[in-house]
Amino acid sequence: MDDLLLEFLTETNEHLETVDVEMVRFEQDPNNEAILSNIFRLVHTIKGTCGFLGLPRLEALAHAAETLMGKFRDGMPVTTPAVSLILSTLDRTKEILGELERQGAEPEGSDGDLIALLDKMASQGPSVPEAALAPKMAQTLPTPVHQVLERELKPGEVSLDELERAFQEAPGPEKAVTAGTLTYQVLERPLKPGEVSLDDLERAFREAPGPARLVIDKPAEKLSSGMPTVSAAAPAAPKKNGESSEAGEAGEGISGKVQTIRVNVDTLEHLMTMVSELVLTRNQLLEIARRSSEDHGYKVPLQRLSQVTAELQDGVMKTRMQPIGNAWQKLPRVVRDLSNELSKKIELVMQGADTELDRQVLEVIKDPLTHMVRNSADHGIESQAERKAAGKHEKGTIRLNAYHEGGSITIEIADDGKGLNFAAIRKKAAERGIANDAELERMSDAQVAKFIFHPGFSTAAKVTSVSGRGVGMDVVKTNIELIGGTVDIRSEQGRGTTFTIKIPLTLAIVAALIVSSKDQRFAIPQIAVSELVRVSPTSEHSIERINGTPILRLRDRLLPIVPLSKVMGLSGNEDANHGFVVVTQVAHQRFGILVDGVFHTEEIVVKPMSSKLRHIQLFSGNTILGDGAVVLIIDPNGLARMVGSESDRNEFQSDANPEQAVVAADELTSLLVFRGGSESLKAVPLSLVTRLEEIEASTIEWSSGRPVVQYRGRLMPLVSCDEELTIKREGMQSLLVFSDGDVSMGLAVAEIVDIVEDKLDIELLAERSDLVGSAVVRGRTTEIVNVAHYLPMVLETWSRKERRGGLEKSLLLVDSSTFFRDMLVPVLKASGYRVQTASTAQEAVRLLSNGLHADVVVTDLELSGHSGFALVASLRADPHHSATPVIGLTVKPDPQQIALARKLNISEIVSKIDRRGLLSALAELNGTLEEAA
Amino acid sequence: MKLVDSIPSGNVKAVSKQMEFVTVTVAGQLLGLPISRVHDVFVVSEMTTVPLAPGEIAGLLNLRGRVVTAVSLRRRLGLGDTAETGRRMAVGLENQGEAYGLLVDDIGEVLKLDPDDMQPNPVHMDLGWVGLSQGVHQLRDQLLIVLDVDAVLSFETEREAA
Repeated sequence: MDDLLLEFLTETNEHLETVDVEMVRFEQDPNNEAILSNIFRLVHTIKGTCGFLGLPRLEALAHAAETLMGKFRDGMPVTTPAVSLILSTLDRTKEILGELERQGAEPEGSDGDLIALLDKMASQGPSVPEAALAPKMAQTLPTPVHQVLERELKPGEVSLDELERAFQEAPGPEKAVTAGTLTYQVLERPLKPGEVSLDDLERAFREAPGPARLVIDKPAEKLSSGMPTVSAAAPAAPKKNGESSEAGEAGEGISGKVQTIRVNVDTLEHLMTMVSELVLTRNQLLEIARRSSEDHGYKVPLQRLSQVTAELQDGVMKTRMQPIGNAWQKLPRVVRDLSNELSKKIELVMQGADTELDRQVLEVIKDPLTHMVRNSADHGIESQAERKAAGKHEKGTIRLNAYHEGGSITIEIADDGKGLNFAAIRKKAAERGIANDAELERMSDAQVAKFIFHPGFSTAAKVTSVSGRGVGMDVVKTNIELIGGTVDIRSEQGRGTTFTIKIPLTLAIVAALIVSSKDQRFAIPQIAVSELVRVSPTSEHSIERINGTPILRLRDRLLPIVPLSKVMGLSGNEDANHGFVVVTQVAHQRFGILVDGVFHTEEIVVKPMSSKLRHIQLFSGNTILGDGAVVLIIDPNGLARMVGSESDRNEFQSDANPEQAVVAADELTSLLVFRGGSESLKAVPLSLVTRLEEIEASTIEWSSGRPVVQYRGRLMPLVSCDEELTIKREGMQSLLVFSDGDVSMGLAVAEIVDIVEDKLDIELLAERSDLVGSAVVRGRTTEIVNVAHYLPMVLETWSRKERRGGLEKSLLLVDSSTFFRDMLVPVLKASGYRVQTASTAQEAVRLLSNGLHADVVVTDLELSGHSGFALVASLRADPHHSATPVIGLTVKPDPQQIALARKLNISEIVSKIDRRGLLSALAELNGTLEEAA
Repeated sequence: MKLVDSIPSGNVKAVSKQMEFVTVTVAGQLLGLPISRVHDVFVVSEMTTVPLAPGEIAGLLNLRGRVVTAVSLRRRLGLGDTAETGRRMAVGLENQGEAYGLLVDDIGEVLKLDPDDMQPNPVHMDLGWVGLSQGVHQLRDQLLIVLDVDAVLSFETEREAA
């Protein structure tokens, strides 16, 4: 694709983003001329460029939209349908642009539909019908001039001081040059026809009494009053024109067109790395200078170097900074569309849009932000009627606020809606078995609110009858935590919900606390540190122990203590009682890191960990300190994961060894053993069971011959676990409750026997679809029940393959849904695979980089937090796994996925619920694997 | 009178076939690394140990502002750490865009050797060594093992799979 077209694409996309936003603003404020003319100008520019590049479809669309907007300018009332129409025209334009980008040519097709609608809308206008066209066209000419002025002035206004100084410093005639520079752009056009001689200008300038202010003020006035004052400022421009050879340097800096240039991101990144290196070298030099007492005459230049470096670093950092408004740009449109769709009145208030943050960070939070705003609009804000009933203003407000706070940026997303329904969340949490009733009772509302970040919490469960508030909130949280940020919720019933996101300004340089443990220094990111406490056995704060586990009493609360030296394996000495406790807050976990010494805070340049060390979750990177020493950066999230329980509960187990836990979990499966009819022993993976219930048989109702029971406000169908067992008509009936989402099913069993942990090694395949097979559990043959058989969603039986002889193949199953994992594992094991599971892409990568061998990887392509595709891409990048066959699971394959899958060499895409498809895909792979072997 | 230069292709090829090796010693054993893979040779000053790291990784080094992963060739070859605490030498290598420093006991010279003279590993050589060695050269007074740089640096996966 040629450069011109590329340039056009980037520019036009930018223009369209702006038009999107402006259009929504305009709808709310139809009398604002400035907005309209801005939109008009942008669309006009698009139209013009399209004509120039020979893009008829785009040109026709832009023209039709422009015509309609022309009507607005002529006084046609601005209506929602009209704005929607223009917005959908913009969407179409974006589609065409997307195609253009991919294929290098406009796609085939016609936009007659939209154009006809636009024309129709335009012709409905009350103002002068056909005649309007001519004047409109005439008007477009001055428009750019007007706009140019507006634009030009902005930089001018900012640099008033500079100009003032420039004027004062400049010797006599130079003044004119400088002044000319300012107005050059402004006046270039109108002046062309009326040529004024240079001499005249020179004279005019000499006669002019005015210092800078005069010249600058003039265009400002002109802007407000129209064109007449042009003549006053006129002299300057041609002067500049004529003398451009001499004054060129002065002119370039100020002229609007050259004030921004596009720079390749890679170039900036490279610059950034180099500056980082420079900073490190500078620090080292300073350290050397500090150590030697003699001055060999280099200390002054060194000081200068240091200063310049700091400024350079600042400057380069600034190039990476972008206003957060860039991430918000799409939001007004999103909210507008949602409010139309949901017929709610929603106002979006954005504050602090010019708060700047690192490009990289911006990219990461863009989608989570959109998601959260969408959530607020969808689930937070009530309908108009509800709001009225609650005595609120019928228009709901979503407020976005961003501001700097220390080394981080805080973003708040607040709505004044109904707030979270804590009761419903508690109930759901209990149902899902995330916490038991007793635990829930003890929890504060704030703790309960955090459940909405629980993976799959909302997607599988509808928090209230209408909404699934928090859909994908776990993704939001993961994304934010990935860049070292935190999310907090505050919610008040009936008053609204506020999400507070705190993220670091940049990922490249962070403030860190340098601590020591056993003579080794470590850096802890400042953002995670909430306070420092000095501890010793004799002082007010002393470490106490419960069964050997260190605890600190801090303001009447118990703070779990993690001795850094112990986690690091630096020493086995556990009764260290002296030192400092770094109180750390990571998401909902609060714990203290016990270190021997605390030095100071330092701005460190984060360098990534070597790939050989990346599997150690304790470290997020390393850095070189001022004295040249390499220091490891502790990842508080990783530390929390390492010391906390795997299940993400609030309990704290400091002695858990994660590596071992992972291995153990792989080999042992918790099984619920129960008796079916005729005393047969059966078992089912415990993780599949939602609840165990015992109900009065009399409460079982029979609707059209099928047993159902009222369970938690719903009707739950009951199924007998085998044919020999009849559901009781009296006495107590034991049930295993299985849930998937909000579908529940009760499996009637004769007796619940025990819960055992055992290696699930399915020995043979039963001839019945209700069984996966049988296994020896605690020395007794037990039938492993195939839950999927009972669930109405999967009625068909899965195909049974002859078990392959020979070696077992190892398989890594990556799926974020525990349910699917648990359902597939027995099936896969029964087909002769040694199965390892991972719930996230990160976990999968960690397992593989830890040396897990997998013959086949089966992954959900829609993993939460991290696309399955990204996982595959990272596998492909690794030479050890570049050829590993991968089978992708998806809910619904679409062409885009298939194309991407082909690119990444994914062997097969199988629908998630199609187990037969999965098994045959595996069998096919097996064939090729064996051939290859 | 340099006739050699004018002698056509056959012989020139033979000359260019010679490969250069940087020799190092570990526990008295001479080993050679292809010079094309060696970036530099340096004295190890301060090293930061990495807790929980695989045993082969001795720590992290600061080499002119760059963080370099130090791999102990001794541990890689299944040998114990040296008791000597004198100056430590390292060979700077690059693998997949990352910098490594291979810690050795001493660094020798650069040798030109003909690959054709290389002999396969003796059958009874230690298995741990076989994986890292491409073959053996017979020098006048000792044997030189040609190290497979990629194998030396790909220990993690190998170790886990075993």
